Amino acid sequence: MRLLRHELRGELILYVRSRELAFFTFLLPMILFVLLGSAYGDDTIDGYDGATFLEAGMIGYGAISVAFAGLAIVLVIRRESGVLKRLRATPLPAPFYITALLSSYLAAFAVEVVGIVLLGRFLFGVDTPSHVPSLILALLLGVISFCALGIGLASLIRSAEGASAVVNAIYLPMAFISGSFFSAESFPSFLQAIAEVLPLTYFIKLVRAIMLEGQEIWTQGTNVAVVAAWGLAGLIVALRSFRWEPHEG
Amino acid sequence: MSAIEVRDLRKSYGALEAVRGIDFTVERGEVFGLLGPNGAGKTTTVEILEGYRRRDGGTAQVLGVDPAAAKGDWRERIGVVLQSSAMYETLTVVGMLRLFAGYYREPRPVDEVVSLVGLEEKRNDRVRRLSGGQRRRLDLGLALVGDPELIFLDEPTTGFDPGARRRAWETIRGLRKLGKTILLTTHYLDEAEQLADRVAVLSRGKIVASGTPAELTGAMPATEIRYRENGREVVLQTDEPTRVLNELTGNALANRRELEGLVVRRPSLEEIYLSLTEDQGE
Repeated sequence: MRLLRHELRGELILYVRSRELAFFTFLLPMILFVLLGSAYGDDTIDGYDGATFLEAGMIGYGAISVAFAGLAIVLVIRRESGVLKRLRATPLPAPFYITALLSSYLAAFAVEVVGIVLLGRFLFGVDTPSHVPSLILALLLGVISFCALGIGLASLIRSAEGASAVVNAIYLPMAFISGSFFSAESFPSFLQAIAEVLPLTYFIKLVRAIMLEGQEIWTQGTNVAVVAAWGLAGLIVALRSFRWEPHEG
Repeated sequence: MSAIEVRDLRKSYGALEAVRGIDFTVERGEVFGLLGPNGAGKTTTVEILEGYRRRDGGTAQVLGVDPAAAKGDWRERIGVVLQSSAMYETLTVVGMLRLFAGYYREPRPVDEVVSLVGLEEKRNDRVRRLSGGQRRRLDLGLALVGDPELIFLDEPTTGFDPGARRRAWETIRGLRKLGKTILLTTHYLDEAEQLADRVAVLSRGKIVASGTPAELTGAMPATEIRYRENGREVVLQTDEPTRVLNELTGNALANRRELEGLVVRRPSLEEIYLSLTEDQGE
């Protein structure tokens, strides 16, 4: 336990020290929320209050940012620079390392959600979410599934140079198509068809069902199942292709 | 019990036999040098002993444990410096050392490590601001912070300027005084000569010579005498240079000839090393 605490503390320091992480995974979702909320917050989107609708989308965007722009890129860089290999020579057990790493990103996401909710409350008058237990369960399911996908994705990327290009090319369009920033209803049908298979789409639907319609998580079987299935797929890829050592040459 | 015992160690990557059956023993408290050119199999050997790679054949015991089956307890007792110095760029020197110190049950005090590797003035600098040599010294500090019995140093001074190499050598000699066992790889002959109690020369996956640096020098070929006769280069190798020279010069004087371009020399350790490893060719 002491080791785990020590490593978690180290990971949190590393997260806070990294300006890129702090900006892209932490601040950017909040900044976008403020900008989009100022533009559309007073509108009605898909029949809901615009700011509340956006708040749910931003939480989804925050989750995918933390897992992809954060965890996935960090893992590739650490692996290719040789940090992971270096760590393997220490007595720190691999499960502790992964747990601490994951926990630090979950903690960042938790603070981020609180930040988004506070911004919504005080800038746009969004009600503080009800059904908190369902919401917390949904957020945990989403961020853990996305982190599994992020680790899987990191295992497939072979060089640190290409890492952020690949990751950004995947998660930014995904956030857009899945309706983080706008209603997906107005999208052309081919984009909607893509959205139908993306995990973020279902996560955002899940969060919106809880936050906008007051549903509980156990009524959302399809959304939960699709998000979990993607998470499982990420986990399988991660287990098959994860490596500690850089790709030589 | 020896610190490291390797018998008939073998490792292939596909068709390439990187290590082709090597034997060596490293005693406790000893600095042992694995010397050889790039591609000789040094890193493969060391990484098998560090537990990174599986061997294909032979046996290996490191601190009495098979590294392929080693656990955390064993990792408490070894320190590793890999060829590249990978660290968290945003941490400070002390921060990096504290993080690693926390991985061990009985770490060496961080301040002590800082001075052991000579980074007192940089202690609060971020890793990304360190020079190449300073990073390498911090890397050594990370290997020392767990207070290991055995330290692996894979090419610790490659790419250093001469001053930085001297300083690194001093640090490594300091470790020896602390009673640490050190397995060092290098492709610099002078480094092996300066630091190692015993050396094994590795070439194309085989050990081609081993012994103390003095023994290796003692195994040198004889003194070489060169001169030109009728425009042809004559090379003599002899263990009795005095007698041979006396005869040569006596003859030449008697015949009123000059030994053109006369040179008498002993081959340097460098040349022995090159002759041992020159089969590398390609």
